[in-house]
Amino acid sequence: MREELAKLKAQLAAHEGLTGHELAGEELGARGGGLFSLGAKSVDAALGGGLARGALHEVLAETVLDTASASGLASVLAHRAANGRPVVWIRDDGVCREAGMPYAPGLAEMGLDPDNMLLVFARNGLDALRAANESAACDAVGAVLIEIWGAPKALTLTATRRLALAASLSGVTLVMMRAGASPIPSAATTRWSVRAAPSSPAMANAPGLPVCALTLQRHRAGPAGHTWNVELRRENARSNAGDSDDEIIRYDACLGDAPALSGGMVPLPSGRPHDAEPETAGGAGTAARRTG
Amino acid sequence: MMRNQKQQEAPEPPPAAPGNESAGEAAPLVIADKVKGALRLAAVSPQAGRLGLTPGMALADARARIPHLRVRPLDAPSDQALIERIAEDCDRFTPVVALDPPHGLMLEITGCAHLFGGEGELRKQLLLRYRKAGFHIHASIAGAPDTARALVRFSRTPYVRPGEDEAAVRPLPIAALDIPDTTRTALSRAGLKIIADLADRAQVPLAERFGQVLPLKLRRTLAREIAPVHPRRIVPICAAERRFAEPIAASADIDATLADLARQVADRLSERREGGRAFEASFFRTDGVVRRISVETGRANRDPRALLRLFHERMETLADPLDPGFGFDLIRLSVPSADTLETTQVSLDGAANMKHALADLSDRLSARLGPRRVAHFAYADSHIPERAQRYAPTLAASLRPTRVCARPRSDPGDPPLRPSQIFDPPRYVSAFAEVPDGAPIKFGWRRVSHIIAHSEGPERIAPEWFRDPDDAQTRDYYRVEDRHGRRFWLFRAGLYGESATIPRWYVHGMLA
Repeated sequence: MREELAKLKAQLAAHEGLTGHELAGEELGARGGGLFSLGAKSVDAALGGGLARGALHEVLAETVLDTASASGLASVLAHRAANGRPVVWIRDDGVCREAGMPYAPGLAEMGLDPDNMLLVFARNGLDALRAANESAACDAVGAVLIEIWGAPKALTLTATRRLALAASLSGVTLVMMRAGASPIPSAATTRWSVRAAPSSPAMANAPGLPVCALTLQRHRAGPAGHTWNVELRRENARSNAGDSDDEIIRYDACLGDAPALSGGMVPLPSGRPHDAEPETAGGAGTAARRTG
Repeated sequence: MMRNQKQQEAPEPPPAAPGNESAGEAAPLVIADKVKGALRLAAVSPQAGRLGLTPGMALADARARIPHLRVRPLDAPSDQALIERIAEDCDRFTPVVALDPPHGLMLEITGCAHLFGGEGELRKQLLLRYRKAGFHIHASIAGAPDTARALVRFSRTPYVRPGEDEAAVRPLPIAALDIPDTTRTALSRAGLKIIADLADRAQVPLAERFGQVLPLKLRRTLAREIAPVHPRRIVPICAAERRFAEPIAASADIDATLADLARQVADRLSERREGGRAFEASFFRTDGVVRRISVETGRANRDPRALLRLFHERMETLADPLDPGFGFDLIRLSVPSADTLETTQVSLDGAANMKHALADLSDRLSARLGPRRVAHFAYADSHIPERAQRYAPTLAASLRPTRVCARPRSDPGDPPLRPSQIFDPPRYVSAFAEVPDGAPIKFGWRRVSHIIAHSEGPERIAPEWFRDPDDAQTRDYYRVEDRHGRRFWLFRAGLYGESATIPRWYVHGMLA
């Protein structure tokens, strides 16, 4: 009995190894490399060049108030993974209600390409996962960004495994943003946790470039646990000269290492206990709203 | 030579059609309705008719004659629903079915009769079908709709040979012309009692005396002119159908039938060099219920496999699943709208294929989630933030005007000036500012208090006077960041001192 179990386990392990990003990497050889860089040198160096294409990456908002930051970061990841190909952006109604709707002028300012996005507004997590599966199987898509509120019943280890498998087969990168929920076991290659962080103010005390504290909670192919402060930047105009219409200027979203804050500010992450109070209040607030 | 043939059927007695027949022996049944304050008979059962009651009679008179009368109030909406349902079911005979108020249906059977073995056979099948269901029904086939209507109401001639329309209606009373009562009274006082009396007269004096309507009705009833029939449903561009001698109910059979029909439709579209933009599958149940399921596509398509996938997506997500009941005896796949689709050569670089693959993906997602839930960004020339962009359903892509790109308005290296997430409508917050029309220093939203560390503003956005109501307010926008680094886009609606009320604060969006 025990031997049989061990044999089955070995089989499973072998199978997982195959469906992981090793296979994806192999298949992606023709599609221009299995990794995409995030743009922030420190993060890229820690990841060994970047994140795997054709894999599932999970981005968690630390609190409900960090949803916008997490969504912004996830959309930058999807944009960079897509590399000019269309991005399918799936958002369920929970996220729409709590964090708002995607706003093209703002996305363009982040350096994303709103005109190359297919927006899908799913009723619930189950519909969102189905749409993600469908989109991940379509190799015309560059990346799929899926945003799910809370912990729907449909979101299980099996569901994430299915997504990861679809991603590895088609080479489409999947980025799953989750807000208002705690981590669950998942088949994601990496899991990031995102929290908004104070920016270095511009002139006249204006808010500067958006900064997020990015924690690599889980990484299948490397060490995890490190936290970086990254800026969400729009890369300088990249004109495609040589083309007939070389006037077209393209923008690119990327991450950058956030500059160290000036002395007056509370440095991260020592500011975290300080944060705790309003955050719990925020959590309670959502719960109350949901029941009310 | 083909001729237009109209068929009309009138269930009779109209409102009290089925079900009441068996109970009718106990007491004569009438349907009463309030007409100008008096209860009058709207319809009578055959039994009541034999006793001398007629529609239009006052209920009090009828009661005086037959005291044990059973009276039911008229339920016009149910009558309407019933006739609509019959019309829906008549779709199995011809795609052109029109309602002919109050209690008739007009079927254009040109080109359909041969499918049933001729016009007479079609009429027989139709009568049999509805008589079996308990309806009193009459049908006439004639060369023009008004002729058929006059015949079915006044002579019940089953069938008029081509070219004999005029002869058939000449002996009918002038009431068959479907003209106002006053005209009819005036004509009969003049001694003109039947259509033949009018048909041979000069039309001009008639028009001068009674208006243009009378000669028009006369011409149409005599089949000298053919009135247009307005079908209830759009007549499909092409369709394929399959009838079953034995009704089918198993989902595998239904799938196989759909697949076969999809291939037939694809062949027909391919002959026309067209691709469908919308497809509709109609399932005719043996008991007369018709269920229709339609899917749309973002680009013209005639690939049977893609079509089947769309139908599967759609059928999986139906709120009330397809219920075969006692089985479907007819399944039809029709194409209500189509676009030109030339046969294209598959390009080697696959760029076109990619585009098609994405369009097919959005079709499938639209079929599953609903057309409004799959969209592209679209832009409008407006400086009001929520108006500057909208979500254009992907299915309507070809209707969309040329796309304006969203261009960043901030300089490279500067933070974004617009939020990446927008709330529409803006959410109310309670904010405090140091000076009345200054930047906020603190605001409360969703039970969390945010202390503002950095802010930039105001960016004043005035209402669009040419579009907004007069009381639309000027907004002062502030980009703020709280102590924890969360960035919001707040605005104050209205200016201090402008009105008696204190301006309110709203959060309009969140920045990454």
